[in-house]
Amino acid sequence: MAEVKILNKTPLYNCHLAAGAKMVPFCSWSMPINYGSQIEEHNAVRQNAGMFDVSHMAIFDIKGPEVQKLLRFLLANDISKLKGPGRAQYTLMLNESGGVIDDLLVYYIDDQNYRIVSNAGTHDKVAALLSSQVQNFDVKLTEDKDSAIIAIQGPKACKLAHSVLPDQIRDVASALKFFQCAKVDDYFISRTGYTGEDGFEIIIPADKSEKLWNNLLNVGVNPAGLGARDTLRLEAGLNLYGNDMDESTTPDESNLSWVVSFDDPDRNFIGRSVIENKEQTHKLVGLVFQGAGILRAHQKLIHNEQEIGEITSGSYSPTLEFSVAMARIPVAVEKEIFVNIRGKHQPVKLVSLPFVRRGEVVYKEL
Amino acid sequence: MSDFPDDLKYAKSHEWVKIEEDGTALVGITDHAQAQMGDLVFVELPEIGQELSIGDECAVVESVKAASDVYSPLTGEVEDVNDTLDKTPGFVNNDPYGSGWLFRVRIDDESQLDDLLDAEAYAEVVEQEG
Repeated sequence: MAEVKILNKTPLYNCHLAAGAKMVPFCSWSMPINYGSQIEEHNAVRQNAGMFDVSHMAIFDIKGPEVQKLLRFLLANDISKLKGPGRAQYTLMLNESGGVIDDLLVYYIDDQNYRIVSNAGTHDKVAALLSSQVQNFDVKLTEDKDSAIIAIQGPKACKLAHSVLPDQIRDVASALKFFQCAKVDDYFISRTGYTGEDGFEIIIPADKSEKLWNNLLNVGVNPAGLGARDTLRLEAGLNLYGNDMDESTTPDESNLSWVVSFDDPDRNFIGRSVIENKEQTHKLVGLVFQGAGILRAHQKLIHNEQEIGEITSGSYSPTLEFSVAMARIPVAVEKEIFVNIRGKHQPVKLVSLPFVRRGEVVYKEL
Repeated sequence: MSDFPDDLKYAKSHEWVKIEEDGTALVGITDHAQAQMGDLVFVELPEIGQELSIGDECAVVESVKAASDVYSPLTGEVEDVNDTLDKTPGFVNNDPYGSGWLFRVRIDDESQLDDLLDAEAYAEVVEQEG
């Protein structure tokens, strides 16, 4: 008999059904892949404002006198670079060999209180690692499973979000700069996102989330599904865990060296000794393709008639109206790259990342 | 709900066939198939003159999220292809049984049409797939 797997539902499940979502299983959650047209949802985020239910992501709170000591050991970026409370940082959790366990955002709430938001697909291993590490430090770990997370993204996202937030929350939200965050009442708001556009990510109690979603809907914020989320983040040159990096790749091979901080010579963090002494062999690059077909993950790349690597993420780009990809290739290869699509070798162009930022096409041919 | 016109024949692999007055057959993918795929962004068509057999992989439709093979529902020679899909693959989404047709086949043996499904039988196939 087939195993029956019950999928988790986010607090916004009924809102998705009401909006006509096509629901799909994603990392043990039932999530909206689109609400009709994925391309229209993508364009709404680039041109106006869209909202994503990202309540499937994991929220961990770590509090206590040794929380900074723990996070400086556990995370590859250095939280001491954050100039003060109310700031967020993109960072990595590495394994002992320097492979990426997860990419995540860490939020500095106060000296003894930090919040981590990490991927749904890596929840169990991240939770296990956190649980084992907190035992060595004077801290307390809790997981927030009673909240929803709504990401509002796009050139008009902040303005439209302001219009529906309660007064005292709006005052705080409107003062946030990029990568700043604030906790007001039971709202946790950060000016962050995964689309290359401006916007907020708002964590609120589950029982208040439908009202916020519906209010945003009423002021013209378009619901957008996981499909649009993927093409938006790809155009923005943002890695997807499991595609563009995983435990077998080190940060330098995934365009993430900038996330690893070696500034403090005395800081020991997990994976440091391996990656600090490692010579880079591969790089993650951007590709554009205007030939017949669409670039897809795992298509093989050819140089001098040798297979040299593969695409890690690829799709049609709704903004550019042709195909773009990220690919992992040897550091020395810089041109004359071909992609194998259904047996045909077709030339691809190597370009800088990101492809699109703040609605503008910004990539350059290398 | 997906739409399955009564005057068409269908293959279990989600292609439709329409017999034209000149005896040739137009082939496309069904409304159900396009809805499953989402926004189409690229269509690769067979060559004019190509000989097809039932079940051959003869075209590819790519949506934003995935590529799918199209299988020939007929045996015969490709007489024409819908070049307009090069620029506007979205016709397949918006009008799967009209401007979104894929290719035209000249068929010698009309008895092969008996093996295709009528609209009611195809609707059952779709329902069983859930």
